[in-house]
This record gives sequence, structure tokens and C-alpha cells, in this order.
Amino acid sequence: MAVENRRLGFAMFFPAAAYIVLLIGGPLILAVMYAFSDARIGNPGYHYVGLENFRSILQSPSFRAALRNSVVFTVVAQIVVIVCSTMLSIALEKPFRGRKFTRFLILLPWVAPISLGAIGWKWILDSIYSVITWVLIWLHVYKPYGAPMWLGEPKLAMASVILVHCWRLIPFSTVIMLAGLTAIPKDIPEAASIDGAGFWRILFRINIPMMAPIISVAVLFGTIFTFTDMTVVYILTAGGPFDSTQTLPSLAFATGIQGSDLAAGAAMSLFLIPVLVLIAYFMLRAAHRAEVT
Amino acid sequence: MAVVETRNLTKVFKQGDLGAVNNVNLETREGEFLVLLGPSGSGKTTLLRMIAGLESPTSGEIRIGGEVVNDRSPRERGIAMVFQSYALYPHLSVYENIAFPLKAQKVPKNQHKQKVEWAAGLLGIQSLLQRKPRQLSGGERQRVALARAIVREPRVFLLDEPLSNLDAKLRASAREELEQFHDRIKTTTIYVTHDQVEAMALGDRIVVLHKGEVRQIGTPEEVYDQPADTFVATFLGSPPMNLLEFPEIIVGFRPESLVPEGVIPGAAQVKLRFRVNYVEYLGAERVLYGSLEGTNFESTEIVARLSWTMPTGYKAGSVYDFSVAQLDLRFFDRKTEKRTTPRPVTWQ
Repeated sequence: MAVENRRLGFAMFFPAAAYIVLLIGGPLILAVMYAFSDARIGNPGYHYVGLENFRSILQSPSFRAALRNSVVFTVVAQIVVIVCSTMLSIALEKPFRGRKFTRFLILLPWVAPISLGAIGWKWILDSIYSVITWVLIWLHVYKPYGAPMWLGEPKLAMASVILVHCWRLIPFSTVIMLAGLTAIPKDIPEAASIDGAGFWRILFRINIPMMAPIISVAVLFGTIFTFTDMTVVYILTAGGPFDSTQTLPSLAFATGIQGSDLAAGAAMSLFLIPVLVLIAYFMLRAAHRAEVT
Repeated sequence: MAVVETRNLTKVFKQGDLGAVNNVNLETREGEFLVLLGPSGSGKTTLLRMIAGLESPTSGEIRIGGEVVNDRSPRERGIAMVFQSYALYPHLSVYENIAFPLKAQKVPKNQHKQKVEWAAGLLGIQSLLQRKPRQLSGGERQRVALARAIVREPRVFLLDEPLSNLDAKLRASAREELEQFHDRIKTTTIYVTHDQVEAMALGDRIVVLHKGEVRQIGTPEEVYDQPADTFVATFLGSPPMNLLEFPEIIVGFRPESLVPEGVIPGAAQVKLRFRVNYVEYLGAERVLYGSLEGTNFESTEIVARLSWTMPTGYKAGSVYDFSVAQLDLRFFDRKTEKRTTPRPVTWQ
């Protein structure tokens, strides 16, 4: 009986374990190995070169730009996402007519495949067919042909990439926050209102501090999703114009796969690991410290 | 201090449903301790929440200190409330919890420390000021909640079952403290409970609620001795009043009024043959469960409650001579179930 159970357990466990080992563990080990070699597509023979790859990418201006862009992209997107999702979750918490439908609508961007969403946005922000530009011209904000190129100017392109990423992450973050808000016993904000606190005091002194642990979970996930994401950048701008929206993952992809320098690409993607580990550590510590009840 | 008044106060949660609170008319007295008593679902908490401003009435009026406050937010009503869960702010220390109403009401900062210490001193929690609520016991949390309520000296206190989260032993001592506390501050207090012992012990007057309606308002003596209807008669007292349904009328008497014959000398008495089915020994008293032999109520369970000073030795299965003083009988109309004048009835 016990032996049978163990076999059954192993059989059930095997697919998941195999999936992780083959599709995550394997590539990770390969990436580490490649990062210390001079492997290229077409010449994947192994030749150990030590830290040479890391030295050269650290000196590369495009890598430094990508690192800087990644930080800007992540930090700005997270601030926007957290502010918006906090507001949304508070607005969606109290019952009103059509609340379920509104919640469903807000969740849609997260459910839809990101590549399709990003392609849609590419059209919306297109230099010729952009509906945003059409509307702005129709409102006489811009003259025809004088409208900004949303994806063609470095600052606007970064803003556009951030906007689309926020559009995708806000629903996810809102759902986490809603869960956090529902966990606050209703009588605590009620007690605060009787104690004389108005909307803002209840929000900033009671609700948000009590949501702190759940907010830090949302920030942790959001940061990781943002820092490692390349879909939005790749589809909207492919890193351009002039590398102004190139982030670490998209640069690693461009260098390692498109540029066929496997070793440099692997070294860049390894660079993400210590950063993510640090973020995760601080976030988990914050979540732990802000214990509720 | 202020008088709280409700006029035809009604709350209907869902259109078409029965009201949670129906046409309630109340008026507290200055500095009074008024208890709202009723079973769960009787509307007592809804009534309190309307007075607090957490729930808006469907119709009717709420007045505090003579002013209609229906359209005022909770913060503008000059009330303080203690919740069943105490609703302490978990991320703030005890000091910050007590100081919160002062900050929220923009009391000058230099008075905070002195006021918090005054409130904490009144409740004996000075040593806990630096702790977080999760580091406190149930009784300590309750005191912090009370301190937070009195710190800004409200006109009215609202308490929603503040003792129900304490264990039985602590509840008794907390009840006593609450009584002394009210004696000291003398603020008009409205207290919600489903526990009739708490209501009797604490209340200057008791409002008995059932299905959103006021059944009786009176002092503890009045609601216990002169119940307005059969609901009040059976809700107060444990075990409840014995009720016997005669063709025209319902007759009731308290378990402690049914005593062995000869215990109450003189006076007009109803003699009854009491068959004991079961005896419960509770130390200071014994509760006898049985039925009345030779009457039309042999299938109705009757309870007698004998204090330890009375004769002992009752055995299950035997029949004894008991009696009830005429004056202890209460009469209720069969249709309306309301109290009515005594009239002669035939027991056999």
C-alpha cells in the first residue's frame, strides 16, 4: 500500500518536476555556462573565458542605457500601477449597480494575451493610424501632421511603453488589493469615521497602512513582472528609437538571439538575478514587518 | 451629555422585506444607561448603527441633544462607539489608538498627551500605552476601546455588545467595571446586548426589542415583574416564565414563584400538584422540570426554581404539593399576547 502510494505520488509529481527541470532548470544552467564562455549561435562549442563577458557588457554603453531604462521602466510603472490600483480597489470595494460587470471589464487586460494587447496598442499609438492622434487633431490640440510620434520620440516612446505595461498590470494589482481591502474588518474604518476621521484620514491613516502587507506583495509581483518583461517593449518599439526603450531583457534577447552572441546575452540575463533577489528579499521583509492583527 | 431621541425610526434593508427596525420611538434621559435588549435579528444593532450614523434610516428622525442629526455624518454627531470587536487600529500603539480621535477632531496637539493619560488612567491601562493591540488580552483591548471612546468626552456613548468577546469570568468583572465607569463619567449611554443578565445588571432602563419593534421600555424591575407581553415574559428570566394557555387567556408565572406548599404563608394561593420529571442541581438553587397533575396542562413542561434555603429531597417521578401566590400570576390576552387584567380561571 505504502509503496503503491509512493509510486502514484511520484507519477503525479513527475510532470511538474520534469517541466521545471527541462524548461526552467536546464536553460538556467545553460545560461550560467554560456555566460562564462564565448559561445555564439553557429559555434556553440564550449570555451571557458571567465568573467570576460561581464567585463565587456559593463563597459558597453547600450548595456548601461538598458539598465537605466529598466530601472526607470520598473519604478515609474510600479508607482503608476500602485496608485491606480489602490484607487480602483477602493472604488470597486463598495457595492454599486454594475460592479460585477465593471470588475470584469477591468480584469480583461490581464486575461487577454499580452502579445495581442500590445499589437492593439501598437496600432493605437501608430505614427499614421493612431486614433489618439486623430482625436487630438479633431479636438484641435494638434495641427494635422504636427502631432507627436508616440513611439518615435525617445521620451514619448518610453512613456508609451510604460503606459501599455501599466494597462496590463493594473488589473492584476487591483485584484490583489481588493483581496487586501476585503480582509480589513469593516468596523475598523467605521470606528475611525465615528472617531472623527474624514475620507482622506481614513484612507491614509487606516486603510493604506493596514493594506501595507498586501501592497508590498503587489509591488513584489509587479516589479518582477515589469523588470523581466520584454513583450511590450519588443512589440511596441523593439527597443527603439536609438535604444531609448531598450531594457535588460530586450537587450539580452537582441544581443544573444538576434545578434547571435549567446555568451553576452546570457551574461546580461544573469545580471537580472541578483537584482531580483534583492528586490524579493526587501519586499518579503517589508511584508513580514507590517504584520496585521 | 445629551438626550438621544428617535421618532418613528424605521430601517428597511431590501424593498419589500420586513423592516429590520420598525417605527421605534425612544427617548433617553440625561446621563442615563439605556440598554437595548433583544435576541439576534431583533434590530438592536441596526438601531444603534443608525444612531451612530453608520446606517441611514429609511424613515423617521434621530435627535441628539434636541437637534435632528439624520443628515449628519458620524463625526458630526458628537458620539463615541465601542464595537463588539473593539475595532482597535492594529497598526497603531495603544497610545496612538487613544489619541486618534483627538487628532481626527483637531484637538490642539499640546493637549493630546494629557488627555490620553487621563483616559488611560481612568481605565487603569497606563502601563500598556506603548503596546500594539495584538499584544493585549481581551479584557485589556476592551479597556483600550473604552479609553479611545471617552478621550474626547463625547455627548453620547454607544456600546455594541462590548462584553460578548470576553470569557464568562472576565465578563462579570468587566460588567462591574463598566457600571462603576458609568457612575463616574455619567455620560448618556446606549448599550446593546442579547444577554438579559447584562441588561438587568447595567441598565437604568431596558428597551426590549423583537423583530425590529419595541416590546417594552422600563426599569429592570418593570420588565421582569410586569412584562408587557408573552415575548418579554419569556425572553427575560432563565429559565423563562411558565406559560399556560387557557381557552380565553394565557397565564404565566416565574419558575421561582412555584414553590413547595407552605413556603409562602398566608396570601391567596393556587394549589398545584407538581409531578417532577427531572432535577437539576446548580448549587445555590435546584431547578425542577415537570408537569401539573390533574390539570389540562399535563403535557406542558413546567419549571420550578427552588433556592437552597427551601426543602430538599425531590425525586424524579414523584408528585408533590406546590403552590403559586395569586399575586405572582400574570395574565396575557390569547390573541394579542399582551398583558391584561387578572381574571379567575379554572385549573382543572
